[in-house]
Amino acid sequence: MKFGIQVNEGPFTHQASDSAYLFVKAAIEKGHQVMRVFFYYDGVNNANKLSAPQSDDRNLVKLWGALATEHNVDLVVCVAAALRRGIVEENLAEGFRISGLGQLTEVGMAADRLVVFGD
Amino acid sequence: MSDTEIEYDTEGVVKKFMYVNRKAPYGTIYALEVLEAVLISAAFEQHACIVFIDDGVYQIRKGQDTAAINMKNFSKTYGIIAMEKEDADEDEDMDMVWRIIVEKESIEARGLSADDFIVEVEVIASADLAEIMAEQEVVISG
Amino acid sequence: MIHTVNKSPFERNSLDSCLRLSLKGSPILLLEDGVYAATSGTSVSDKIAGAAKDHPMYVMGPDLQARGITEDEVIDGITVVDYGGFVDLVVEHGTVQSWL
Repeated sequence: MKFGIQVNEGPFTHQASDSAYLFVKAAIEKGHQVMRVFFYYDGVNNANKLSAPQSDDRNLVKLWGALATEHNVDLVVCVAAALRRGIVEENLAEGFRISGLGQLTEVGMAADRLVVFGD
Repeated sequence: MSDTEIEYDTEGVVKKFMYVNRKAPYGTIYALEVLEAVLISAAFEQHACIVFIDDGVYQIRKGQDTAAINMKNFSKTYGIIAMEKEDADEDEDMDMVWRIIVEKESIEARGLSADDFIVEVEVIASADLAEIMAEQEVVISG
Repeated sequence: MIHTVNKSPFERNSLDSCLRLSLKGSPILLLEDGVYAATSGTSVSDKIAGAAKDHPMYVMGPDLQARGITEDEVIDGITVVDYGGFVDLVVEHGTVQSWL
């Protein structure tokens, strides 16, 4: 089955990003395809390469980036939400790309399931 | 915009999208940003139910004046949704159905009626709205 | 359709709204802080136990464990699942409505 995922919250402040990440990992392990993860609202902060959590804690920015490189998951950060929150090319973490809201509609159309994680 | 755009083949796909608004405006940004998602979706000619439940019904309340809180008054943008809906209704070649719905129980709990809103809405009781929700294919919660 | 609720019933009305607007027989999954709704002995346990008769109900085990809730505290009739189970439920039940 093909999944689209929407993440509405940034790393650490809410559990949404963790829940989404673990869901995506489980889906991939079961052999499903995760077509795109669309980061909206504060979710764009998951793409900030300047995030530096404590060394004994998970690094969500890097964990998401690894999904892109290892499993070809398309990580899209909404340009309008990103501009508001200061996520630009210069601080965009590896594995992410910035694009328009249309990418959310598109994955809603193309995937079999869209799952939203938020607060 | 960065890197190569990844596009998926969605030729001929028409789905039922539902945008669920449950949060009041201005206290948080969810109302504004879900509105932006709704407007973009018009370009894709998908069916859409824009649903206001719980405090979400306050998003379309008349008379909003945000000058003193120094925020953008985006309530007029709902008028654009209403226009998109009208265009879809009138265009016989376009098979796009848009509905703007408020939950009856939510407005009654808040002492509101259909006349209090800046756009024309369908007031639908929860039992009937539950049926409509169960038919949707893509639900975007703000 | 499958419904998910991620906030505590003591913090938000998300679960109440979900129960009001979900058809009988449609599954509900509790995750994150929503798992508190699955615990027995609270002021809402009777309501949730009632809901579990109308809806197949599921609760995320990892979120229970994180919050120190043991499986024998979970209301009868609510099934504990993990992330793999969450994926399976979504595959099986179609459109997801997240009550945030």
